[in-house]
Amino acid sequence: MLYRENGQFKTSYAADQQIFPIAQDRWAIIGILVFAFVAVPLLVDEYLFRAILIPFLILSLAALGVNILVGYCGQITLGAGAFMAIGAYAAYNFHIRIEGMPLLVSLLLGGFTTAVVGIFFGIPSLRVRGLYLAVATLAAQFFTDWVFLRIPWFTDNSSSGSVSVSNLHVMGWQINNPVSKYLFCLGFLTIFALLAKNMTRSAIGRQWMAIRDMDVAAEVIGIRPLFAKLSAFAVSSFFIGTAGALWGFVHLASWEPAAFSVDRSFQLLFMVIIGGLGSIMGSFFGAAFIVILPIALNQILPVVGDLTGIEISTAGISHAELIIFGGLIVFFLIKEPHGIARLWSTGKEKLRLWPFPH
Amino acid sequence: MSRQIGEVILDLKQVSLSFGGVKALTDISFDVREHEIRAIIGPNGAGKSSMLNVINGVYRPQLGEIILRGQHFSKMNPYKAAKAGISRTFQNIALFKGMNVIDNLMTGRNLKIRSNLIQQAFWWGAARREELAHRAKVEEVIDFLEIQHIRKTPVGRLPYGLQKRVDLGRALAMEPSILLLDEPMAGMNVEEKQDMCRFILDVNDQFGTTIVLIEHDMAVVMDISDRVVVLDYGKKIGDGEPDAVRANPDVISAYLGASH
Repeated sequence: MLYRENGQFKTSYAADQQIFPIAQDRWAIIGILVFAFVAVPLLVDEYLFRAILIPFLILSLAALGVNILVGYCGQITLGAGAFMAIGAYAAYNFHIRIEGMPLLVSLLLGGFTTAVVGIFFGIPSLRVRGLYLAVATLAAQFFTDWVFLRIPWFTDNSSSGSVSVSNLHVMGWQINNPVSKYLFCLGFLTIFALLAKNMTRSAIGRQWMAIRDMDVAAEVIGIRPLFAKLSAFAVSSFFIGTAGALWGFVHLASWEPAAFSVDRSFQLLFMVIIGGLGSIMGSFFGAAFIVILPIALNQILPVVGDLTGIEISTAGISHAELIIFGGLIVFFLIKEPHGIARLWSTGKEKLRLWPFPH
Repeated sequence: MSRQIGEVILDLKQVSLSFGGVKALTDISFDVREHEIRAIIGPNGAGKSSMLNVINGVYRPQLGEIILRGQHFSKMNPYKAAKAGISRTFQNIALFKGMNVIDNLMTGRNLKIRSNLIQQAFWWGAARREELAHRAKVEEVIDFLEIQHIRKTPVGRLPYGLQKRVDLGRALAMEPSILLLDEPMAGMNVEEKQDMCRFILDVNDQFGTTIVLIEHDMAVVMDISDRVVVLDYGKKIGDGEPDAVRANPDVISAYLGASH
């Protein structure tokens, strides 16, 4: 079937306001979900799960959170890594200190704790913006690094700040092998992505975007900047914190504060910039780009070296990887500053008219 | 429907506003009656936009007060003004450029939204019902302004004249009782001006909205407004019906210069 919306007439606002108004899109997304939930676990080997798919899912979730704050509400943040750390350590503390705490509740409480901390670090956004706000959120990064290294209570008195969890299960379902971890994260991501989409298409999302686009006009309409900005910080931190908890519990299983360094913050920010600011889809594209590309380059470069007869050392490959990766980012930002999501929607618009563009 | 000009709805008393040493408004008083079209005119830098900004609380005057339906506001702020039913458009269009026309208009319904964040996140119950009900209201505004064909276009891509119209639409979506228009016709060609005049008169006529209007085009002002305030250098130099204002010697000298 061609990608056409001819003949799909909307007769109610409900039909017009659904998430995927075009029937082909609806089928595609159902297909993707079925593929991801059913086919992938049957087809994929363990390495792919560990190295690509699970990190991709969790970082997509975190990127969604960053995108809500940076892309939708226009408040720049460099504290995403810190919020992941807070989510992970908060969930850890709930998990070990309260006997018989269900895993899901621990993870979500990790998210809620992060939301509260996020609101606190969002307060400067009421006075400063842009780069100054970025610096203020960077404070969160150094603050959490310090807290988790220096205050032993948070890490259950482990001397190095490293903690671990084991024996994860949800209602009798053991989450111990890559497939179950993958499905667990995928479930989280699916639900959270739906929530994010709903928020961004309803009143709260419009408040965020109004603040981002023109804050004076937003106020005149009766949007309170205080509520809009802090709710964006809260929701965003909730997402990032939950992602952090998943990263610690499910992906790493044992971790130390260095797992959530400032590098992670930058990585998440790059994801939403490359993927597309203010786009749910963009968060996934960005996460895929940043997670998969280095690994793909790592696999491809030796092959290319063999083909061309050039001897590349292992160190050379890892350097080349960084160079090409950086080059691609710059290329993307110049060619399409609105990110991969914009390329995607341009492509879709072209496709709607294909093959007769006039 | 014949509109009936009513009682004084908005009364400004001895408003003075200064920025540091610059006096933007000095001791200005005037009133606005219900259902009327009230114009504020004056040469560049006379303080017209500042006046609007005072009315809806973007600027806080150092002296004076605003009485809105008998309620005294010595300190207005934009949120209170919006709650009290004042909406406005901007001289330099201040639309939300990243959003499409529908979403821009929907932001105008923001104060009427009752559902909370959790309901909205699940698109459930009140959130969903409200979204549909407000969409229907927004569509009425879209029909009224004849912008159906661009309802899903991001406003950043629209031409200037249409952006002005969407800006008016966003203000109308609030169902205001007082509408402040800051140079709604600036930079438009004759045809667009005619359209805009028609919309302004229709709003006033059909919805009974009180309109406070800043405009430079004298023909338009004299044509559509019921009463006119004239400002010059932050002072009020004239107030009254268009014909009276036109004959006022102070006004003539402010616009044309006086022989000394």
